[in-house]
Amino acid sequence: MRPRLALSRVLAMAWKDLTTERRGKAGFNAVVFMGAITLLMFGFALGPDAAALRTAAAGLLWLTVLLSGALAFNRSYESEAEAGAMDALLLYPGSRWPIFAGKLLANLIFVLLVEAITVPIAAVLYDIPVLTPLPGLAGVLFLGTLGFVTLGTYYAAMASRVRAREVLLPLLLFPMLIPLLVAAVGATKAVLTSDPMGYGAAWIKMLAAFDIVFLAATFLTFEYVIEE
Amino acid sequence: MTQTTESPPTRETPAVAPMSALWPVIALLALAAAQAFGFLTSPPDRDMGHLQKIMYVHVPAAWNAFLAFVVVFGGSILYLWKRDERWDLLAAAAAEVAAVLTALTIALGSIWGRPTWGVWWTWDPRLTSTAILLVIIVGYLALRSFVDEPERRARWSAAVGILGALNVPIVYMSVRWWRTLHQPQSLPSTVDPAYAWGLRLNAIAFLVLMIWLVRARYRAATLERMRERADEREALGRP
Repeated sequence: MRPRLALSRVLAMAWKDLTTERRGKAGFNAVVFMGAITLLMFGFALGPDAAALRTAAAGLLWLTVLLSGALAFNRSYESEAEAGAMDALLLYPGSRWPIFAGKLLANLIFVLLVEAITVPIAAVLYDIPVLTPLPGLAGVLFLGTLGFVTLGTYYAAMASRVRAREVLLPLLLFPMLIPLLVAAVGATKAVLTSDPMGYGAAWIKMLAAFDIVFLAATFLTFEYVIEE
Repeated sequence: MTQTTESPPTRETPAVAPMSALWPVIALLALAAAQAFGFLTSPPDRDMGHLQKIMYVHVPAAWNAFLAFVVVFGGSILYLWKRDERWDLLAAAAAEVAAVLTALTIALGSIWGRPTWGVWWTWDPRLTSTAILLVIIVGYLALRSFVDEPERRARWSAAVGILGALNVPIVYMSVRWWRTLHQPQSLPSTVDPAYAWGLRLNAIAFLVLMIWLVRARYRAATLERMRERADEREALGRP
């Protein structure tokens, strides 16, 4: 497929998904609310000890991102499933990977926008100073979210088409995300503190490696997942 | 719809290999002999005493679980390549055996860890990455049980099997770094020569056991597929 054509398909797909989301807004609001309530409940679960919360903040933040963000992925295939639009999409000649890339891009923007709201909430609730390390934090959030959304979009292509999809997606997705969680929390901690041991770079490299391995694997095998 | 290779519908049961009745006998005899050898020849460990005997099940189970994961990975790739459903059924059979052996490894490790380390569970890299492997393989089996259409199930689980296998080195590296950044955990990984042969024999016995189990589950999966196909034909009103 010509690169220009592929790119225009990717953008059309992403634009379509984002427009649907922007007009509906219900999904976005629900995911943001889920994120906020999770952050609040972690606060209650760990008690009013401010110091303990600050120590755990990086882990809690990432758990919140994963738990609330996972709600977005099945939704992203729902509109196609309802009206049989996926069958029509698959009839187009050419590769199928632009379908995946478009959905991936839309989900990435969606989850990053959710984070743009939940991270400041976390900063307020857990007393994390986010303004000074903002560029580094944004970079770590982006790398972690990219890997998360890649696998989420990929597994939701399957999970959204079976019975019990709400159960299947976390069963498939969360075990795979454990190394990403470990690396993202490590990198976030390094960015938020002064990183005296210099571990941040190693974790960021691991996040980048995770992203590259699974971007390649999902793009290469998406054809088999979507085919009817 | 992609063409898949199917065995001819007229055959009612898969051909039984002449050796198959012997596998369980060989496997159980080998296991009994290797266990007896391990128990009789090895002296009680200086620190652990007879607790050390857990090693003769724990370590072979772990090795063969890993081998079963390799079979899942290989079967998944071969299925997507050849589109022969036998590779899918082999991967499924190996995944079930891998799940059982991994769970056995963790359970025995935990039983051994309680008197040795004083805790049932510790966030040791090897323990933790084995637990992650178990949840990954359980996810794979869950996917299989949720998808009814056989050809789609085969394609999807092959994709999930391949991604899961790709994650194994990343899981191991991440957990190791995670631990070393907190507190280094050293394990005595060297085995005294007095225990080495017991370990080797038990590893071979477990290998035979694993092959038997994979064969049995593979045969069961083949029979299930045949029943599914017979049901389909019946529903379609064909003889």
